[in-house]
Amino acid sequence: MNTALKRTPLYDAHVKAGARMVPFGGWEMPVQYSGIVDEHRTVRAGVGCFDVSHMGEFEVEGPQALAALQRLTTNDVGALEIGQVQYSLLCYPDGGIVDDLTLYRLASDRYMLTVNASNIDKDWRWVNEHGGGARWRNVSDATGLVAVQGPKAEALVGRVSDIDVTRIPYYHFATGRVAGAQAIISRTGYTGEDGFELYVAASDTPRVWSALLEAGRGESAVPVGLGARDTLRLEMRYALYGNDIDETTSPLEAGLGWIVKPAKGDFVGRDAIEKVRASGPARKLVGIEMADRSVARHGYRVVGFASRTDSPTVGREGVPTAIGIITSGSYGPSVERSIALAYVPSAQAAIGTEVAVEIRNQAKPARVVKTPFHPSRVKK
Amino acid sequence: MANSPSDLKYTREHEWAKREGDRVRVGITQFAQEQLGDVVFVELPKVGAKVTAHQAFGVVESVKAVSDLFAPISGEVIETNAELPQKPETVNKDPYGKGWMIIVKPSNASELDQLLSAQQYDEFVAQGGGGH
Repeated sequence: MNTALKRTPLYDAHVKAGARMVPFGGWEMPVQYSGIVDEHRTVRAGVGCFDVSHMGEFEVEGPQALAALQRLTTNDVGALEIGQVQYSLLCYPDGGIVDDLTLYRLASDRYMLTVNASNIDKDWRWVNEHGGGARWRNVSDATGLVAVQGPKAEALVGRVSDIDVTRIPYYHFATGRVAGAQAIISRTGYTGEDGFELYVAASDTPRVWSALLEAGRGESAVPVGLGARDTLRLEMRYALYGNDIDETTSPLEAGLGWIVKPAKGDFVGRDAIEKVRASGPARKLVGIEMADRSVARHGYRVVGFASRTDSPTVGREGVPTAIGIITSGSYGPSVERSIALAYVPSAQAAIGTEVAVEIRNQAKPARVVKTPFHPSRVKK
Repeated sequence: MANSPSDLKYTREHEWAKREGDRVRVGITQFAQEQLGDVVFVELPKVGAKVTAHQAFGVVESVKAVSDLFAPISGEVIETNAELPQKPETVNKDPYGKGWMIIVKPSNASELDQLLSAQQYDEFVAQGGGGH
């Protein structure tokens, strides 16, 4: 991989602010400014601004747009009203996940899909292959995206926009101007806090970014990097593509059955997913809490202890055997514990089940816990 | 990056060593804690364990990364910092003070002479520091 890393319109602003820049999904992105824990806590208590311009945006329109989206995505696009947002998936015929995305209904036959940065090229090929009949446009490079998240986000976004953002319900959006720039103001996010995601033209993004930080001085608004974005989403158990979900995972094992709507009619992956639903998934994505503060990281093995009677009960007696795999893990700055997500056999997925995680050749005690790890405060 | 404390000796793996009579106190440098970011877990050897110069004696985990701790000197661990299991962030706040990690009774104190001086370490870091 010798391809140059891509940069968002805010690259210069990040460098100037002293951010630590790292490669992420083909992009050169800020991982932290003041520090991951500090930025995380600021979002939970106040407000933080995230550059997520690396995310991809596709627009699709025409009389065939709805039919194309119903065939491509797992959620029911027919239930989506103009001004509403929907969390959804693209799946392969075998039920594996191409990507997770948010779907915006912009007009009666016009929609926007927001996809993961590292999947833009793959998704673009996929929607063109399977979304025939509608007009598709990849507007990723022309679009900047800034997330403003935290209990003080509404006050801040309200002050720099020309519409009443308090009237936008969760998973809805409105169009208006932010710092003079035309924007889609979406009440969505990836932190578990109230907040907005602002879609603006790439060329307007630096102006919007500095206006938010300037106007947010009273709320002590700070820029937040991808490091805290990851710990914030992990505490909410929000899936991260490439870690917790990918082409080998079924939506049902990942706990995403709520965005799979077989009753809407056929879609790519439906038969395979419904087969899993009928038999029940063999494994499940669960929340794990470590007994100490060692960090269970992506790819570490989860071990169970088969008892002498070979019953499926798991205790800390007997011979350790690998039963699952950690998909995401970190110290959770708000829960102040080491937490993780892991795939484990469904028989060992019950809350309270004692397991262990292999860390540096030691089986470290851990337990299946309920999720989210930290209570959600989104505006329902 | 410059101006590491002049009374300490340093490794190229970014640990420091401080002679205190017949003992040597060990920690990680300011540069190391900055590179790691928020430290969330420190795994130290037990008192009585033997450590060997240039070999791993423990582990430090930050939110984003896990790194080995390398012993600047060989010997026996006679004390560990009891505060770090509960307050690992002390390593970030005060790497040369309250964030110390272990105290070693050296088996060969002359190994200290092979470590970098503060000036040599600062130059090493200025040249890129070899990563961590």
